[in-house]
Amino acid sequence: TSGSWDVALQNQTKRTMRAALLIQRWYRQYVARLEMRRRCTWNIFQSIEYAGEQDQIKLYNFFGYLMDHFTPQPIAFLGNLISHIFREHDIGRDVEWESYKSIEVPELYSGPHLSFPMTFSNAAELVEAFKNKQQLHSRYVLQLLVESWRRLRILPNISQISTCHSKEITICGDLHGHLEDLLLVFYKNGLPSSERPYVFNGDYVDRGKDSLEILLILFSFLLVYPNDVHLNRGNHEDHIVNLRYGFTKEVLGKYKLHGKKILKLLQKIFSWLPLATVIDHKVLVLHGGISDTTDLHLLSRVDRHKFVGSSRRRVRSLTHTTYTVTRHEAPRRSLQVQTTRVTYSVEEELKKRRRQAGLSQSYRDLHNSTMNSDLDSDPDSGGELLDSNEDEWKQIVDLLWSDPMPQDGCIPNDVRGGGCYWGPNVTEEVLRRHNLTLLIRSHECKQEGYEFCHNRKVLTIFSASNYYEVGSNRGAYIRMGPDLVPHFIQYQANRSTRELTLRQSVGQTERSALKALREKLFAHKSELVSAFQVYDPEHKGRISLGNWASAMEAVLKLGLPWRMLRSQLVGETVDGMLDYQLWFRELSITEHKTEVTLTQTMYKNHSNLETIFRIIDTDNSGLISLEEFRQTWKLLSTHLQTDISDKAISDLAVSIDFNKDGSIDINEFMEAFRLPSAQVLHEI
Amino acid sequence: MAEDKDSAEAIVSEVHRKISEAFDVFDHEFNKTVDVREIGTIIRSLGCFPSEGELHDIIAEIEEEEPTGYICFEKFLPTMTTVLMERRFRPIPEDLLLQAFEVLDQQKKGHLEPEELTKYLTQEGEPFTPEEMEEMMSAALDPDRNVIFYKDFVSMMSVDNHR
Repeated sequence: TSGSWDVALQNQTKRTMRAALLIQRWYRQYVARLEMRRRCTWNIFQSIEYAGEQDQIKLYNFFGYLMDHFTPQPIAFLGNLISHIFREHDIGRDVEWESYKSIEVPELYSGPHLSFPMTFSNAAELVEAFKNKQQLHSRYVLQLLVESWRRLRILPNISQISTCHSKEITICGDLHGHLEDLLLVFYKNGLPSSERPYVFNGDYVDRGKDSLEILLILFSFLLVYPNDVHLNRGNHEDHIVNLRYGFTKEVLGKYKLHGKKILKLLQKIFSWLPLATVIDHKVLVLHGGISDTTDLHLLSRVDRHKFVGSSRRRVRSLTHTTYTVTRHEAPRRSLQVQTTRVTYSVEEELKKRRRQAGLSQSYRDLHNSTMNSDLDSDPDSGGELLDSNEDEWKQIVDLLWSDPMPQDGCIPNDVRGGGCYWGPNVTEEVLRRHNLTLLIRSHECKQEGYEFCHNRKVLTIFSASNYYEVGSNRGAYIRMGPDLVPHFIQYQANRSTRELTLRQSVGQTERSALKALREKLFAHKSELVSAFQVYDPEHKGRISLGNWASAMEAVLKLGLPWRMLRSQLVGETVDGMLDYQLWFRELSITEHKTEVTLTQTMYKNHSNLETIFRIIDTDNSGLISLEEFRQTWKLLSTHLQTDISDKAISDLAVSIDFNKDGSIDINEFMEAFRLPSAQVLHEI
Repeated sequence: MAEDKDSAEAIVSEVHRKISEAFDVFDHEFNKTVDVREIGTIIRSLGCFPSEGELHDIIAEIEEEEPTGYICFEKFLPTMTTVLMERRFRPIPEDLLLQAFEVLDQQKKGHLEPEELTKYLTQEGEPFTPEEMEEMMSAALDPDRNVIFYKDFVSMMSVDNHR
C-alpha cells in the first residue's frame, strides 16, 4: 500500500509538473506575441511620424515645383514671397519690440506678475503658476521674450561650460511641449541654479500642448542664471516646422490678440539660439547630430541668426540642390525658402518684376535681378552671394537634423529630408578631429529615454515621455560630473501608466497606432483599390492575403510588417482570401467617413493643406477668402496631378463658408476633414 | 501536377515572407541579423508554442559554430520554414489549458491562491523568473478577492489572442 501511495504521489507530481509546463509554455507565447505587437506599434508610430516629416519635404518640393513651372499664377504667388522675404528684416528694429510697454495688465488678471530683472523667486513663481494651469499675460510674455532675445544674441554659437568644483551638469533632451515632463524633471532634480546647471538640447516646442510655457520657463531661468542655463537649438525651433506641428496654433489659440506678435518675436529668438554646447572641452552636446564635414571652428564663426529656419536662406538662390540626386527622379531640393507669406493682391509688384525680368525668364533669373535691386534695403545680408553661405547652411542643418546609423559612411537623410545619416567611422573622425570623447544628442525618441550607439561614443537623450501615446516610452535626463560619466534618471509622466499591466499599456498604445494607421488607409483608398485590382484581374473582388500585404506596402510605403498587422486590420477572410470592397466598407463604418473623392484627396493632404493655409493667411487671422482657397487648392491639385474640376472646388468652398460671408475659417475647415476623436496625429 | 507544384511554391514563398517580416521587426541594424535573445519572441510570434527546452534546441541548430550572440537570417529561414510547414509546436487548445489549471487546483476550489500559483510556476516545470511571475499575476489576480479565477483568466487571454 505504501508502494501504491508512492506511485499515486509520483503521478500527481508528474501531472503537476506537466500542468505547470503547459501553463508556462502558453504564457511565454502570449508575452512574445505582446512584445511583437509592441514593436509593431512602435514601428507604426515612427513610420507615420517620419512620413509626416516627408510630407513636409513634399510641401517644399511643391513650392519648388511651382517655381520651375512658371505659370502666371505661381508668379503672383511667388513674386510676393520675394518682397516678403526682404521685408522680413523689419523685425530687427527695437522700436517695434518695445511696443509691449503699451499693453496694460488689467486688475482682474490673476496670473503671475513679472518684474525685470527677473529673480529666482519670479522664475519659481512662474513654474508654480504654470503647474496650476495659469496663463501668463501677453505683456509679460512679450517682455520676457524681448529680454531673452537681448540675452541670447550676445551668446556665442557654441557655449563652453565646465564641471568645476563638484558641480554636476544636468542635460535634458526633447521636451516637445510636454510640460508635465519638465515639471517632473524639476521635481526629481531641482530647479536650475548656479549649483545646478542645466543644458537643454532643443525641440522645446510642437506636438505637446504647453510648448510656450516650456519656453517661458526656460527663458526665465536663462535670465536669472545666464551662466548656468544653456539652451541649444533644435530642428523644431523653426517657424515653418511650427506651422505644421502645432506650436503656431497653440500660441494663436492662447493669445488671440497678441499671438502674431509673439510668434514674430519667437521667430527671431529661435534664430539666435546657440547651436551647441561643449562640456570640459570633451563632451559635445547638440540636437541632431553631425556629418563627415562638421567643422566646429567654422560653426563658431557663422552668423547663426541669418539661418532663420532650415527652410529659409536669405542670401542664397532659392532653388539650390545641396545633395546629389539619389533615387529620386526629380532633383531633390534641400529644405528651403519660399514659405513665408503670400497675398494675391500685389499685382503692381508683379508687373514691375515682369518688366525687369522679361516675361519668359525663369524664376531664378527673376530672383537674381530683384535681389540686386533690393540688397540695399537689406541691412543684415552683407550684400554678397557667398558660396560659403551654402556650406554654413549645410553645417547648421546637419547639426539640427541628422541621425546616427549603424553602418559606416555618411549619406543624405532622406527620411527627414534634411541633414544626413552618419556612421561610427564619422563619429570617430569628428570626435578625434576636435579632441572630444562623447557626443550627446537628442532628436530621436527612445523607448527607455536614452540610448547609446557607435561604441558608446554617441548618446541619445530624450526627455518627453509618452511621446507617441500613453505608455509608449519613458523620458530621461543625464547627470554628469567632472568624470564626464553620464548617469541616467528615467521617468514617465502620468502616474496611472505604472499601474497598467504590460498587456493594458500595449493595448492602449496599439489602439492609437492602429487608429492612426486606419486613417491613412482610408485616405489612400482609391490607390489601394487600384493596387488590389492588379491582383484581381477578373474583378472578383477578392485577393489573397499575401497579395494584400504586397499591395499595402507598395501604396503606403511605410515599411511595416503587414502580415504581422493583418489580424488587427482585417476582419474576416474566407479561404485566405480577402473581400477588399467589403473591407473598405467596414473601415469607413468604423471611421464614419463618407465616400467623396474630393474629400479623400483633401484628407490625405490635410496636413499640407493646413500648412499652406496658414502661410496664405498672412495676417494670422484664421480666415482666408474664398478666392484664396480656390487658388490654393488649384495649385495643390496641379502639383499632385489630380484632376478636380473648378466647379467641384467652388462648390466645396461655398459649402464650407458656413456663414456665407465670403471667407472661410481655417479651423472650421480643417475640422470638416478630421475624423472624430482622431487627435493622435493632429494634436500631438 | 504542374499546378500543384506552383501552388506549393506559392505557399512556401508566402511562408518565407511571413518569416522575413517577423525577423525584420527585430533586425535593428538592418543587416539581416537579430540578437539571439529575441529568437524566442520571433518564433512564438509566428504562432508556435515551443517550450524553453525546445527553443534552446532550435537555437543550437541555427547558431554559428562560434556563437556570436547573433542569428543570421540565412540560417533562420530554412529551419523556421520547416518548423512552420511541419506545424511543430502547435498551439495549446483552451480546454487543455483549463485542465492544467484544474490540476494545480488540487482542492478543486475553482480558483487559485496567488501563493499557490506562484509556487507552482516558479518552482516546477521551466520556472518563471520573478518578473514573468509578477507580470502574469498582475493580469490574472482578481483585485477584489485576491485570488485567481483561472477560468475567467483563460477566457480573457483567449479573446486577446483572437484579436
